[in-house]
Amino acid sequence: MTRPLLLVLAGLVTAGVVACGGNPQPATPAPQANADSIAAAEKARQDSIAAAEAAARAREEAERVARQRTADSLAALGRGTEAVRTMLATMIHFDFDKSNIRSDDAGTLDQKVGILQANSNAHIRIAGHCDERGSDEYNLALGNRRATAAKQYLVSHGIDGGRIETQSFGKERPLDPGHNEEAWSKNRRDEFDITSGGDALRQP
Amino acid sequence: MCWAAVGCLLTLSVLPSFRLSAQDTSAIDRGVRIGIVYRPGVRPGVVLLPDRSTALDSVRAILARDLDYSDRFELITLPGGDSIRVSAPAAARAPGARTTAGARAHTGGEAAGLNYPLYQALGADFAIALAAVRDTTQVTIHDVTAGAVRRLLKARLPTATSSQFRMAVHRLADKIVEATLGTAGTAATRVLFVMDGKLYQIDSDGAGFKEILSTKGRAILSPVWDRDGRRIAYMEFWSGHGQLFVQDAATGRRRAVTDGATLDFTPVFSPDGKGLTFSRAIEEGTDVYTFNLRDNCCLQRLTVGRFSDNLSPAYSPDGQRIAFVSTRPGLPQIYVMAADGTDEQLFAPFDYGVTGSSNAPDWSPDGQSVAFHRDVAGTLQVFVLDVRTRTVRQLTSLGRNEDPTWAPDSRHVAFVSDRSGYRQLWVIDMETGRIRPLLQQSGVRLPAWSPRLPETEQSTP
Repeated sequence: MTRPLLLVLAGLVTAGVVACGGNPQPATPAPQANADSIAAAEKARQDSIAAAEAAARAREEAERVARQRTADSLAALGRGTEAVRTMLATMIHFDFDKSNIRSDDAGTLDQKVGILQANSNAHIRIAGHCDERGSDEYNLALGNRRATAAKQYLVSHGIDGGRIETQSFGKERPLDPGHNEEAWSKNRRDEFDITSGGDALRQP
Repeated sequence: MCWAAVGCLLTLSVLPSFRLSAQDTSAIDRGVRIGIVYRPGVRPGVVLLPDRSTALDSVRAILARDLDYSDRFELITLPGGDSIRVSAPAAARAPGARTTAGARAHTGGEAAGLNYPLYQALGADFAIALAAVRDTTQVTIHDVTAGAVRRLLKARLPTATSSQFRMAVHRLADKIVEATLGTAGTAATRVLFVMDGKLYQIDSDGAGFKEILSTKGRAILSPVWDRDGRRIAYMEFWSGHGQLFVQDAATGRRRAVTDGATLDFTPVFSPDGKGLTFSRAIEEGTDVYTFNLRDNCCLQRLTVGRFSDNLSPAYSPDGQRIAFVSTRPGLPQIYVMAADGTDEQLFAPFDYGVTGSSNAPDWSPDGQSVAFHRDVAGTLQVFVLDVRTRTVRQLTSLGRNEDPTWAPDSRHVAFVSDRSGYRQLWVIDMETGRIRPLLQQSGVRLPAWSPRLPETEQSTP
């Protein structure tokens, strides 16, 4: 602390010596210099305000653009998510009293494998359903088998089993209330839906 | 069996129309008789005597229907009603009637002037008279052949407006069956079932249709009785979850046995009432588990499926064995194991690759049979397995018939059938093959026939 104080005192002494020298010259430019500096300061101030305003405007514009861009990309992403979600929800179907994956459904499941690999946060639930022909109570076990059959397929293709939940509805929730083979074949199904991590889904 | 001899004699020679027409009193005779030997005329005839007083009309109507539905009697209607009962000379005109002095001279309770020869001529082995003596209903059972009173039953019935009235009359009917034939009837019973996810009950005679329970957002499935008729158990199902409950039949108070985290279904009480055995579906498959209700603990797994499902347990009445469904041969079939899960073996024989799925076993209360349903040519039919010989026979063939449940007499079976075009409750008598509708409501599922209900029963839940 002492050293800066000494320097200040030394400066004051020097100024006093100059003033006492009787030289009037420095007296007149001083106000001018002051006026200029004031104007300059004022101008600088104005400039800086303008600059700040411009910067703010630019920033706002940039933010607006960024927001728009985000919104656009989110919308695009949403459209993508919806498409992926639809793909993921594609049902698979079963033969009467069977729980084995039909060969024509393997492609559907492979697509789900791809989606689940591309979206490692996504967790899904598989619900097994049966048609009305089988026994009421046995269908609960059969629906359970159908759900786990699809899960096993996904797990055997590299998906972490912890991401897949299974449940059975037996024949309690038919899609088609009809009493014919067309309705029954629709009702013997696995349904897939996303339980978490499905806000933004990437295409596989 | 004197009544059998007399019955045959009358059938052949005297009044064949009475004997043979009795079988068709229900007018429902579309049933299938596959595998059932019907011996006409060997059932004892019974006549329910009319009375001048109308006080007991409703009692008489209920008793008459109960005796008819027991399928143990030929119910004889008196042509002309009262006039026949009181006019003794009619007996002399009745063809084949014996007019022994002893029969007419006999008096017992209200039986003075009872025309035994006439009833005998009509094919009756028993005549039943009702009388109201102050607040007691007296039932006099006359042995027509012996010409004497066989038994006098007294019951204090609740008023006809009481909710207990019908069940009290049913109990009286069961006592009449016991007094005449030595085995109790099954009138004082109910059938639980499910419709639109709600739990209902109906009395064995088709009256008393009543909703017991509905749970918002959940469907009730698989109701079952405990052995003494005091408790029921069932499953509540929602979104792939199944939770099991045990409920007091009289008060409706219930408690959850499982937490609903998994899919638990097809509960059944162990015959000693201490345990609840059920199916649980998890990712590894479905297996049979048992839970100690008395100590509220000790969940134990009885089957080890691994690559097959095991479900729908049904205890033998002695509690030693459990029939269940297993998919180990591919399609579900009926297996049996010791109650501790050991000694699993095939129970109901089948032809591999030919016989359809077999499900829903129910062990008869006498231990001799297991009823179940089996897929025959794309539809379900009720079958019965003879436990001793391990042979099966098909009980139904008209329409789709499923989920059989035994009456406590081990001869009647209630089941769901769409033979009328709708899924309704029907009852078949294994002895006579007679089939009657129990409830005309459609959409009925999963019936469970009660044991003989305890007398202390309060109101229903």
